[in-house]
Amino acid sequence: MEPRTVTKVLVGNHAVAEAIRLARVQVVAAYPITPQTVIVERIAEMVESGELKAKYIRVESEHSALAAVYGAAAAGARAFTATSSHGLLYMYEMLWWLAQSHLPLVLALVTRAIGPPWNIHTDHQDLLTVRDAPWIIAMAENVQEAFDLTLQGFKISEDKRVLLPFMVGLDGFVLSHTAEPVSMPTQETVDAWLPPREPEPWVLEPGKPFAVGNVGPDEVTMELRWLLWRAVERARTVIREVDREYEKIAGRSYGGLVERYRLSDAKYVVVTMGAWSGDAKEAVDRLRDEGVPVGLLRIRFVRPFPKEEVLEVAAGSRAILVVDRAVSMGNAGVLGIEISSVVRGRIPVKNVIAGLGGTDTGYEDFEDMIRRFVEEYESGRTDKWLEPEWYMPWFKR
Amino acid sequence: MGEDLLREALEENKLFVEKLLAKPQPGSAGPTGTWRTYRPVVNEGKCIKCGLCWLYCPEEAIEWSPGGLPKIDYRFCKGCGVCVQECPVKAIDFVYEGE
Repeated sequence: MEPRTVTKVLVGNHAVAEAIRLARVQVVAAYPITPQTVIVERIAEMVESGELKAKYIRVESEHSALAAVYGAAAAGARAFTATSSHGLLYMYEMLWWLAQSHLPLVLALVTRAIGPPWNIHTDHQDLLTVRDAPWIIAMAENVQEAFDLTLQGFKISEDKRVLLPFMVGLDGFVLSHTAEPVSMPTQETVDAWLPPREPEPWVLEPGKPFAVGNVGPDEVTMELRWLLWRAVERARTVIREVDREYEKIAGRSYGGLVERYRLSDAKYVVVTMGAWSGDAKEAVDRLRDEGVPVGLLRIRFVRPFPKEEVLEVAAGSRAILVVDRAVSMGNAGVLGIEISSVVRGRIPVKNVIAGLGGTDTGYEDFEDMIRRFVEEYESGRTDKWLEPEWYMPWFKR
Repeated sequence: MGEDLLREALEENKLFVEKLLAKPQPGSAGPTGTWRTYRPVVNEGKCIKCGLCWLYCPEEAIEWSPGGLPKIDYRFCKGCGVCVQECPVKAIDFVYEGE
């Protein structure tokens, strides 16, 4: 049966708001920050007009925004918030409180550089600061996927095998403020696929007092961490399952934790995440036309990290190039470290840091990076790959 | 495999909730009486049964009802001495543990 859908032209922020409407979210609390603001402005309009029957809580900060939806999630509601960059950092304490309380909700992160200097354009530094907390962390390539991941976020987050918060990342401006046609399942379809949230794994109710996370023996802390680890691990299965199910209601699936682009016969693999993967694919196509056996592995989920998928790619190729939009100072690009931690020297990995603070990086740049990566590998110059390369062709010292 | 994973998750979620949430109950943090260095002891001859020690005890480790003598629950009394200080007739002695 053909899925019943509606197509509209939407900017990324409005697409996320549409997913919130279709998911019948019950509580929203957020604080404005560019480039995320448009999401919660649109949701405020939906609540005002009655299109979305939700409680919209105005708060004085991002810390309070997440605290408010944490309370809502603890009371059994389907809850949502959104932020960017400094707003996410201001939430940081509550990100851990919420996730380590094993509660589901969805947070949309419109990625933006962290200051100083003030910069409202995209990189992935903000998203990746959350990687050590028990969140499920996804990153979209385009507006359609931002919509899809937001909707799927509730399904994955509320699954009894997971019950953890879900973060969906979309690149600031490149997706948040760019209009694309977006195909959406009808309300009827979504209602059948995503029933109202069940108050699991625990719920706050009037007259039944208890303390959450009270002081206890140290061993309990470690036991709770291990149980959270288990839930994040189980999320792999659930993500793959939801991705396949989604095909039936929306007519699309992406391949689970990663997207594989021209990988089946690739000898060289480029790894990217987020919107610029489109530019990287363009470069892959151009190099393929010249006969270079290159393919692309796009990271859709940073947590849980697609270990098996990366190993599978490493087993069939000569070398990997990871192009990072975030850096862990004193070591390498964040994804570079992540990929290397799985590949463990099986094949050489080159890491390039590029596009920080929204620095324009087009398909020509990816073409240049990939070309040099292949040349360096083929001429046996991989020894210098121990250090990441900073891709700044304009920069003269 | 899906069902096994769900069964495992339900068991582990239950365990998690038991460990994360603390319902009000006596001594949820364990027998804190072991922390005590000094032990408050009620001198029943001097006690005027006013109940102030019961009222001031920060740990609710003293049982008392109007007209009765206070009874200290040494499993949870941490020996803070607040009752000793507050007793209006100095009817509570503070005795070094082990003496």
